[in-house]
Amino acid sequence: MIGRVLLTFALFALLLSGCQQPRMSVLEPQGEAGQMQLDLVYLSIYIMVFVCVIVLAIFTYVLIRFRQKPGDNTIPKQVEGSTKLEILWTVVPIILLAILAVPTLKSTFTLAAKPPKAEQPVEVKVTAHQYWWEFEYPELGIKTAQELHIPTGKKVHLELTSVDVVHSFWVPSLAGKTDLIPGRKNTMWMKADKPGTYEGRCAELCGASHALMNFHVVAEKPEEFQKWVKQRQKPSSQPQTAQEKEGKKVFAQNCMGCHAIDGAGLKGPGNKGPNLAGFGDRDKIAGLLENNPENLNKWLHNPQNVKPGAHMPAIDFLKKKDLDALEAYLESLK
Amino acid sequence: MGAGNHATATTGLPAHPEKATFEGKNKVLGFWLFLGAETVLFACLFGTYLALKNSHLGGPTTQDLFEIPLVAAATIILLTSSLTSVLAVLEMKRNHLGRMQFWFGVTVLLGLAFLGLEIYEFVHYVHEGHTFTSSAFGSAFYALVGTHGSHVLFGTVWITTLMVQAAKRGLNLDMAPKFYVASLYWHFVDVVWVFIFTVVYLMGKVG
Amino acid sequence: MGTIVSILVLVLFLTAILTGGYNKKFLQRVQGSNMWDWLTTVDHKKIGIMYLGAGGFFFLIGGLEALLIRVQLFYPNNDFIVGDTFNQLLTMHGTTMIFFVAMPLLIGFMNVAVPLQIGARDVAFPFLNALSFWLFLGGGIMLNLGWLFGGAADAGWTSYVPIASNQFSPGPGVDYYVLGLQISGIGTLIGGINFLVTIINMRAPGMTFLRLPLFTWTTFVTSALILFAFPPLTVGLLLIMFDRIFGSHFFDAAMGGNSLIWQHLFWIFGHPEVYIVILPAFGIISEVISTFSKKRLFGYNSMVFATILIGFLGFMVWAHHMFTVGMGPVANAIFAVATMSIAVPTGIKIFNWLFTMWGGRLQFTTAMKFAVGFIPTFVMGGVTGVMLASPPADYQYHDSYFVVAHFHYVLIGGTVFGVLAGVYYWWPRMFGHKLNERLGNVHFWLFFIGFHLTFLIQHWLGLYGMPRRVFTYQAADGLTWINQVSTVGAVMMGVATLVFLYNVVYSRKSATAASAERDPWDGRTLEWAIPCPTPEYNFAQLPKVRGLDAWWMEKMAGNKELEPAEPLQPIHMPSSSYRPILMSLGFFVSGLGFIFRTIEVGVLGLVMVFLLMFTRSFEQDHGYHIEVDQIKEAEKGA
Repeated sequence: MIGRVLLTFALFALLLSGCQQPRMSVLEPQGEAGQMQLDLVYLSIYIMVFVCVIVLAIFTYVLIRFRQKPGDNTIPKQVEGSTKLEILWTVVPIILLAILAVPTLKSTFTLAAKPPKAEQPVEVKVTAHQYWWEFEYPELGIKTAQELHIPTGKKVHLELTSVDVVHSFWVPSLAGKTDLIPGRKNTMWMKADKPGTYEGRCAELCGASHALMNFHVVAEKPEEFQKWVKQRQKPSSQPQTAQEKEGKKVFAQNCMGCHAIDGAGLKGPGNKGPNLAGFGDRDKIAGLLENNPENLNKWLHNPQNVKPGAHMPAIDFLKKKDLDALEAYLESLK
Repeated sequence: MGAGNHATATTGLPAHPEKATFEGKNKVLGFWLFLGAETVLFACLFGTYLALKNSHLGGPTTQDLFEIPLVAAATIILLTSSLTSVLAVLEMKRNHLGRMQFWFGVTVLLGLAFLGLEIYEFVHYVHEGHTFTSSAFGSAFYALVGTHGSHVLFGTVWITTLMVQAAKRGLNLDMAPKFYVASLYWHFVDVVWVFIFTVVYLMGKVG
Repeated sequence: MGTIVSILVLVLFLTAILTGGYNKKFLQRVQGSNMWDWLTTVDHKKIGIMYLGAGGFFFLIGGLEALLIRVQLFYPNNDFIVGDTFNQLLTMHGTTMIFFVAMPLLIGFMNVAVPLQIGARDVAFPFLNALSFWLFLGGGIMLNLGWLFGGAADAGWTSYVPIASNQFSPGPGVDYYVLGLQISGIGTLIGGINFLVTIINMRAPGMTFLRLPLFTWTTFVTSALILFAFPPLTVGLLLIMFDRIFGSHFFDAAMGGNSLIWQHLFWIFGHPEVYIVILPAFGIISEVISTFSKKRLFGYNSMVFATILIGFLGFMVWAHHMFTVGMGPVANAIFAVATMSIAVPTGIKIFNWLFTMWGGRLQFTTAMKFAVGFIPTFVMGGVTGVMLASPPADYQYHDSYFVVAHFHYVLIGGTVFGVLAGVYYWWPRMFGHKLNERLGNVHFWLFFIGFHLTFLIQHWLGLYGMPRRVFTYQAADGLTWINQVSTVGAVMMGVATLVFLYNVVYSRKSATAASAERDPWDGRTLEWAIPCPTPEYNFAQLPKVRGLDAWWMEKMAGNKELEPAEPLQPIHMPSSSYRPILMSLGFFVSGLGFIFRTIEVGVLGLVMVFLLMFTRSFEQDHGYHIEVDQIKEAEKGA
C-alpha cells in the first residue's frame, strides 16, 4: 500500500520536475559554507537512514510474523526484557551520535570563525527593514538595497542587524541563516565559487509581507565585481533628458523624505527607504517584480497591493505627466 | 479517607496535625510542589533582572539608588517575621490557640511593616526618576521586587484570613494544614527576599 | 468591549424570558439538571470527558485553519488569504494545536485513566481539577475571541518580540494570546501539581512505583515537567503584557531592553513543552501495544528510566531552537551535544516497543493500528530531530519547511496518533461501547496516508528554500507541485476526521445495553477490572496490587475479581461545586479588561477570583458518603 503511494509520488515528481527546477536548493551548494553544511546534512542522513532501515526491518518482520493467526488463542510468553539487547540499543546509538557529533562541532567552530584579514574578505553590513534589505560596503563607501553583489572565490563577511523586528538572512545555495536582531550585531560569512544569481529569503516571521521579503545575491568574477564597484562609487544619478530633469524635481518634492540617491546632489534626503542609486540597473523592483516601467507603475501606484503592510505610501496622486517623468528618472539611474 | 469528616469532632491534636488527615497530607505535598514552581518563577525574574540591570539609559544606577541601611532594616524585619511564624506553628502543634494567634499576628504586623518600608522606598525611587517605564532596568527591578512585594501582601491577607477562621472555629485537623502551608509560604517569601537582598541590593551596591 | 457587554446582557435577557424568570423552582430545576451536574462536577471521569470534548472541538478549529493555510499555498502568488490575515491563521493554528488540542486531549486521558490505573477513587484535589479544566476552557475561548473582536494573534505561536510588541502588532490579537495562555497556563500548572500528588499519595496498597502502568509513569514525569516548565512561560507572558499594556521596556532595544530574553524564557518553557505533549502519548502507545500483543511491556524498567531521562534532558536543550540568533559556537556546540543525547533514551523506547510485539499475538484493532502506525512515523520525526541538532546543518533547516515537516511528524505522528489510539482504546471505558472498527479502519488509513502525503515532501520544500510561515512563493521557485501534493494530503486528513465524527455518532446509535463490557480488550491494568460504566466511586473496595499489570496477573491466576485491600465501608466523596467555573469566569472578565485596556475591569475580575477563594476558605465542606447498601446495589446492577 505505502509502496504504491511512494511509486505514484515518484512518477508525479518526475512529471513535474521536468518543467521546474528548484532554484534555491540547499542540496546544490555553490560555495564553501553551503558545502560544509550540506556535508553534515548528508552525513546525518546516511546515519539516520541506517537507523530507519534497521527499525523498519524489525518492524516489518514483527508485523508479518507475529500477527494473530485465526483460531490461535494461546497466551504468549511474558518476557520481562533482555539486558543484553537493551545495552546493545543504548550503546550503538551513542556511537552513531559520536560519529555525527565530531564533525558537527568542527564545522560549528569553523563557520563561526571570522575570516582572517589576510584573505581580504569583502565586508558588508546588512540591515533588515520591514520588508527590504539594505547592503552597505563600509570599506568601499557603497550603500545599496535588495541586490547583494559579491565577487566569486572570496569570503564575504557579513555584519547583520535590524532596525525593527527580528529577520533572518538566508541564501540557501550559499549558506544557512543568521538572524538579524534589533540592538544586536551578528556575523556570518559566505562564499560563492561560480558567478550566478542566487535567491535569498527572509526566514523569520517579520510581519505581513514576510513571504515577499525577497532579495538576491549576484556573484560576479572579481573583474566584473570591480567594474560594479567603480560604477556604484561614481553613480550616474544626474538626469540627462528634459523629462528626467522633470522627474528629479518630482522626486525631490515627493520621495526625498524617505529615499536617498547617491550622487544626485539632493539636499538632506531621508533614509527610511532604500537608497535608489543605480535603480535602473537592478533586476527587481522591491526585490520582487521584474524591473520594467509597467511594474514600476504598478508598484508606485499601490505598494500595499504588491507587498501587504509595506511602509511606502501609495504614489497615486501625481499627474500622469509627473509620474511618467519620475519613472523615467528612476529608470535612468545607473 | 473519611478522616476529614471526623476532623471537627477531634479534640486535642495529634503530634503532626498538619499531616494527620489524608487531605492534610495531600495539601502539604501539593504546596511543596507549588513552591517548586514558584522558585522557577522567581529564578526567571532574577535572570531577567541580571540581564537588564545595567540598561539604565543614563538614569540613576544601582549604586546611585540603593541605600543599604533601609533595605537591611527591611531584611531584619522580614527575617524576624519568619521566626515568629515558626513560633506560631510550634504553638499550634502544642494546641495553644491563643499563643498561636499572637505569633501569627506579630508575623502579619511585621509583614505589613516590611511592605510599608518597601512602598516608602519605591516612592523615593520614583522621585529620583527610577520608574517602571523609565528604562529596561526600571522595568526589571520593579518586576522582580514588586512580584516579591505582592507575595508578601498576599501572605499577610492569607494569614489574617486563617486567623479569623481559627478564632471562629478553634484549632482542628482542618485548620492545622492550612496554617502549616501558610507558614511554609511565608518562609519561602522570606528566602526569596534574602536572594533579592544579596543579588539586587548588595551586588548592586558593589557594582 | 461594548459588543461583548451587549451580547452578555442579551443572553441573560433571553435566558430570563425563556425560563419564565428566576424563581426557586427554576433554581431547583437547574440544579437537578444534567447540565448543572456537568458544570459543577469534580469527578475526574467527567472532567476527563470534558477535556476530550473541548480539545476535540479546538482540534476541528485548528484543523480548519490548517486547511485554509494549505489552500492558500496551493499555487504561487495566490491571493486567497494573504498578509496579516494569513499570519493570524498560522499563529492561531499553532497556538490552538499545542495549547488547546494536544495538551487537553492528553490531560483528558490522564483524568480518565490515571486514578483508575493506580486504584484510586479520585485525584488528590478534585476541586482544583475542575478549576484546571475551566481555566483551560476559559483561556481557549479567550484566545479564539480574537477572530470575532479586533483580530487574532499574528506573531506566530512563539510570539517573538518585537513583532509581538505594540509597535508592530498594534491590534488586540497578541493580548488575546498573552491572556488566554496565561489563564489556561494557571490551570495547567494546577493540574500538574494535582497529578503529582495523586500519583505519589493515592496509589492503592501494593501499587509500588515500579508497578505503575507506563501511562501513569509518563503522566507523572509530564506533570513534573509542567511544574517546572510553565513558570518561565508565566513570567514571559507577564513581561510581554507589561510591555504592551503598562509601558515597560523589557524587550525594547531602544530603551535598553533585550528581545532575546523572551526567546530564552519561551524556549525554556517551549522545549519541555514538546515532551509534555509527547510523553503521555508514549504512555498510551505502551499500554496499547502491550495489550494487543498480549504481552508484558518489554524492558519495563528501562522504559521508566528512559522516560525520566527524557524529561530531565528536556530542560537542558532549549537553546537548540536559537542556533541562529548568534549565541556563539561554544553555546551552540554544548546545546547540540545535549540535544543529540536525547536520541538515546528515545531509541530505547522504540526498540522496547518493537520487542514487546516480538513473540506476541498481535491483534490489529484500530487502536493498535494507530499505535503501530506511530512507530515508523515517530522514528522519522525522531531522526530528523537528530539532524536538526547539528548547528551548521540547522542553519539551513531552521525556520524552513524542513522544520515544519519535522515537528508535524513528531506532533501528529507522535501525539495525535497516540491520542487517537487512546480514543479507540479507552472509548468503551468512557462511554460503555466500542467505536465501530470498520469505520475506524477507514479513519486510520485515510489519516495515515493523508498525513504522510502532506508532510513527507515538506522536508524537500524546506531543502528547496521555502521558509516557514510564508503566505506565498514565486512560480519560478519550483515549489508548486510539492505544495499541491501537500494540500491534497491535508484534505485527506480532513476527510478522515469527518469519518471519525461519523463513527462517533454511528457507534453511539448502534450501541445497546449489551455493548457495555467491562474488559472488552482483555486488558492488563486496573481500569479494566471495574464495572462498566465506571461507578462514581471507581472501586467499591480499594484493590490489593500484586505486580505489574495487576489485572492481567489476577486473570492469569484464575481470579474473576481483584482482591480487595479493605472491607466494604462507606465511601467518602467530594461535593460538586459551582466555584471553579465562576473563578474561571472571574479570570476571563479580568483578561478581557486588560485586553481592552480598561484596567478597572481587569482588577474587578481578579477581585472576583480572590473573593471566591476567600469564601471558599471559610466554606466547611466535607463532602458526603455513599453508604454500603448503596454500593452493593450499584455493584449488583453492573
